[in-house]
Amino acid sequence: MIKLNAKIPKGAIEDKWTNHRFNMKLVNPANKRKYDVIVIGTGLAGASAAASMAELGYNVTVLTYHDSPRRAHSIAAQGGINAAKNYPTDGDSIKRLFYDTLKGGDYRAREGNVYRLAEVSNSIIDQCVAQGVPFAREYGGHLDNRSFGGALVSRTFYSRSITGQQLLLGAYSALSRQVGLGKIKMITRREMLGLVVIDGAARGVVARNLVTGEIENYAAHAVVLATGGYSRVFFLSTNAMNCNTTAIWRAHRKGALFANPCFTQIHPTCIPLHGEQQSKLTLMSESLRNDGRIWVKLKPGDKRKPGEIPESERDYILERKYPTYGNLAPRDISSRAAKEACDAGKGAGETGQAVYLDFADAIKRLGKKVIEERYGNLFEMYELITAENPWEVPMRIYPAPHYTMGGLWVDYNLMSNVPGLYVLGEANFSDHGANRLGASALMQGLADGYFVIPYTIGDYLAGTKFQAVKTDHPEFQKEKVAIDEMTKKLLSIKGKRTTDDIHRQLGRIMWNKVGMARNEKGLKEAIQEISDLREEFWKNVNVPGSAEDLNQALERAGRVADFLELGELMAVDALDRKESCGGHFREEFQYEDGEAKRDDENYTYVAAWEFKSPGEWALHKEQLEFEYLKPTVRSYK
Amino acid sequence: MGWFFRALNSSIGKKFLMAVTGVCLLLFLIIHLINNLTLYGGPELFDTVVKNLEGIKPLVRVVELVLVIIFILHIFNGVRLWIENKKARPVGYKINGASENSDVFSRTMFVTGSIIFIFLVVHIRTFWVSFNLGHPLADEHQYYQIVAEAFGDPIYSILYVVAVILLGFHLNHGFQSAFQTFGWNNKKYFPIIEKLGLIYTIIMVIGFASIPIYFLFFYGGNL
Amino acid sequence: MSGNMNLTLKIWRQANANAVGGFVTFNVKNISPDSSFLEMLDILNEELEVKGLDPVAFEHDCREGICGACSLVINGRPHGPLDKITTCQLHMRHFKDGDTIWIEPWRAKAFPIIKDLVVDRTSFDKIIQAGGFISVDTGGVPDANAILISKEAIETATDAAACIGCGACVAACKNASAMLFVSAKVSQFAVLPQGQPERYQRVQAMVKKMDELGFGSCTNTYACEAECPKGISVRNIARLNREYFNAKLKSENVEA
Repeated sequence: MIKLNAKIPKGAIEDKWTNHRFNMKLVNPANKRKYDVIVIGTGLAGASAAASMAELGYNVTVLTYHDSPRRAHSIAAQGGINAAKNYPTDGDSIKRLFYDTLKGGDYRAREGNVYRLAEVSNSIIDQCVAQGVPFAREYGGHLDNRSFGGALVSRTFYSRSITGQQLLLGAYSALSRQVGLGKIKMITRREMLGLVVIDGAARGVVARNLVTGEIENYAAHAVVLATGGYSRVFFLSTNAMNCNTTAIWRAHRKGALFANPCFTQIHPTCIPLHGEQQSKLTLMSESLRNDGRIWVKLKPGDKRKPGEIPESERDYILERKYPTYGNLAPRDISSRAAKEACDAGKGAGETGQAVYLDFADAIKRLGKKVIEERYGNLFEMYELITAENPWEVPMRIYPAPHYTMGGLWVDYNLMSNVPGLYVLGEANFSDHGANRLGASALMQGLADGYFVIPYTIGDYLAGTKFQAVKTDHPEFQKEKVAIDEMTKKLLSIKGKRTTDDIHRQLGRIMWNKVGMARNEKGLKEAIQEISDLREEFWKNVNVPGSAEDLNQALERAGRVADFLELGELMAVDALDRKESCGGHFREEFQYEDGEAKRDDENYTYVAAWEFKSPGEWALHKEQLEFEYLKPTVRSYK
Repeated sequence: MGWFFRALNSSIGKKFLMAVTGVCLLLFLIIHLINNLTLYGGPELFDTVVKNLEGIKPLVRVVELVLVIIFILHIFNGVRLWIENKKARPVGYKINGASENSDVFSRTMFVTGSIIFIFLVVHIRTFWVSFNLGHPLADEHQYYQIVAEAFGDPIYSILYVVAVILLGFHLNHGFQSAFQTFGWNNKKYFPIIEKLGLIYTIIMVIGFASIPIYFLFFYGGNL
Repeated sequence: MSGNMNLTLKIWRQANANAVGGFVTFNVKNISPDSSFLEMLDILNEELEVKGLDPVAFEHDCREGICGACSLVINGRPHGPLDKITTCQLHMRHFKDGDTIWIEPWRAKAFPIIKDLVVDRTSFDKIIQAGGFISVDTGGVPDANAILISKEAIETATDAAACIGCGACVAACKNASAMLFVSAKVSQFAVLPQGQPERYQRVQAMVKKMDELGFGSCTNTYACEAECPKGISVRNIARLNREYFNAKLKSENVEA
């Protein structure tokens, strides 16, 4: 039986992290180079972790499936990064950021973790500025802030609408510096396909060289997974095409628990679907909601063009339902409001699967120039994709899968239940509870990488007696054989369906039954349908080509095989959680006005699932305790 | 001095050398044109000017030597860059859309440069060699007459005009390009530099090309 | 659907780095004008896959124009016929029914082909590793507002920092020069106060690495700027030149 210990330090919440850092064991500087650490992934979390650990002196090897570490999908974050700097002196503080984040997550995250996140947030901004990240400035030369959903203060630092890119390039430059200094071995075009566990601890990975097809072994004292989220399980999402669950899923199969898999975030401001040939959805920064007003037609089935609909026949849904937060209501709430309106036939455009995001008032109030400065490139992007001019016609937006709060279970040190296996950023479950606030993903990725792991990994390395392990250890061989078999199987099925075709079908099941609104009947159906689809995949998929060279079809097939197992677990988890909270909305559990009804008595826990076999899991619960913030009904009215 | 040659051998250094020598040649062309324009003053003026230059021959020789060195550096460096740049893309594109992303002047620097080089050789043979290394008319200081005879040949004159037009192509890019290479590209001033380059080019082309045309059509009858 | 298109594709295929490549003709049918260019290639690949044939390898990831993974020279132009976008942002409404489209990989000695349309752009990473950073360890840095930066400087830096490292500048340049890429990074740090201490060292190290890797020289055709999906200006190249001369003249490091 696995015993979950979150290892949250004792003491007052303000002192936990400080005390913990003092109590942790240190590695002698001269000995650090004797420790090998593998980092998988080069997004904000991975790159910052690798760079920081290499600076301390550890031997770091970094693997990424991309051609360059700079491609990781953190790069696509547009809006900004939160920090409790309180530069605008509008009442912000570490406590308030802590409060907003915990409340935003609908009280399904750990107090200790969230407080630490808020605590280190300020250091992140300092660090990034020192690296040359060009955050927006005021005319006086000071840093500028904007506001984001779920907060009543301006605490978001940004760089036009390319904040993620700039932060990632900052971390990438720190990583590159260490590569240049020889402290990091950067290995690109490698996909981690297996975790090697020896004597119960993570001691290496097995990866496929995506160019030659060779299976390679990498041994280390600790393994850090920073491989992002799994929204691509929905097929259509805002994630990059190559985002996948494989690294964390293979670790899950090796014993790492998967926590809160059903907590997925559907982002409200995406460009609506154009048709069947669509491969992904494009997100537009939530910052648009600062000045854009969201509305739908008051009368269902109204066929008029948006310009012909008078004010009196428009329903500004968020302003009406949530007067305090208005258009800046959190993502889950905004998404659901949009879906409700569309389901009621009030949606915009030909498909009716969209709501308007209107800038006419803002343009009138602030002038075209200000709006252009703030959102110019988003407007351009919108026009490029839809061929509609948002200066004249209100934008149409619709929710899309965007972020996954769930992920591998980790303790306060960001270590999974498998000793030596660390999980950072979106890949873990730790800080966002059931819903993540805008501009907090970048904050968490960099907090984990720059300011948490460099401390906590030392404690583990210094406090553990290691056996010498080389890549010729039989466990590596065993892992390799299993991977070879799976590859051979995939290539030999020669069925009638493509990987994408099956993936698309999985996505439809997930979107319809494990998406924005879930119910028992739908979830049970989904479990069955996914299980059937998985069976079909292993009988009827057609993966061409060979295992010995660059084979993108094979890469995709391996990833979809894992999604087909994960999808089922998401439904299982959603079925288990008989309450509504954050991004998880069970239709059976809602107030009369349609708001989510949490069940704190029975579900104030982290659901951590242990893998038994495909389609079979055991549930472990980590009870959440709230000493500082007593859960209340999350109201944004 | 290792650092100096390493710097000159870097990609930026080679550009710099192209630009410096190019600018020297731009300046030389101005002087050359002023000299040529004295042809419009008639045989007497032109022959006097050339005769006066004969008077300061040693100085002229030094200037000529410097010019030769500049030319050689410009040409040698240009050829070297061209070869190296070819190597940077061993396999070319089947469809080349260069006309949509760059102007013809910049893309054809090597071609126009090569043609100008050939022209230069012929030009030196026709005039410099005649003026300096013995020509019956030169001995009598009838330089004007040498020019008139040369341009009296329609084929020579037409080729001269064509070459001058191609020189214009070369100059039009070279002028602003040199400023870019020196790092003097700035939102405010660069558009002015580009216009100056165009004006310079037009003056040079009209100035140089007018002379053979003048001799061919207007003066030719009097020969 | 009405308005959907049938197209002929001429795609460069090459089994691996050492194989001899060539153009292969494909026909795709019923492409929606609202589809993106890469979605059109997805459709082609699905057709190939269902027949058990090797799909055309091409690189792509974010499909929103920011990761820099997608490439492709389309009818002779990097990232296709439109200005200031990446291939993944190109939509089929910019083509006509019956068109023939030529698709080629980036071509440069420093970007060797791996397979079909996939090239190796590691050389860009190597240039950054040589000096494209500010040497600062994690922690121990001043407050973010301690050093003021003018709006003008931050705008210039952000313009340069917007580079996505896709390599279109190299692909477009007739000399396969990487000057625009290098100059963007050099410029970003040259105009920021944080970049000053390493200013001379950075530019010399990056240019040296760029030259070693087999990129060509800049001849100021400005094709790079014209094809850059982020509109990075060649003024950055001017600044790079300036920085380089300054470094050579002012720095006392004779080794660089």
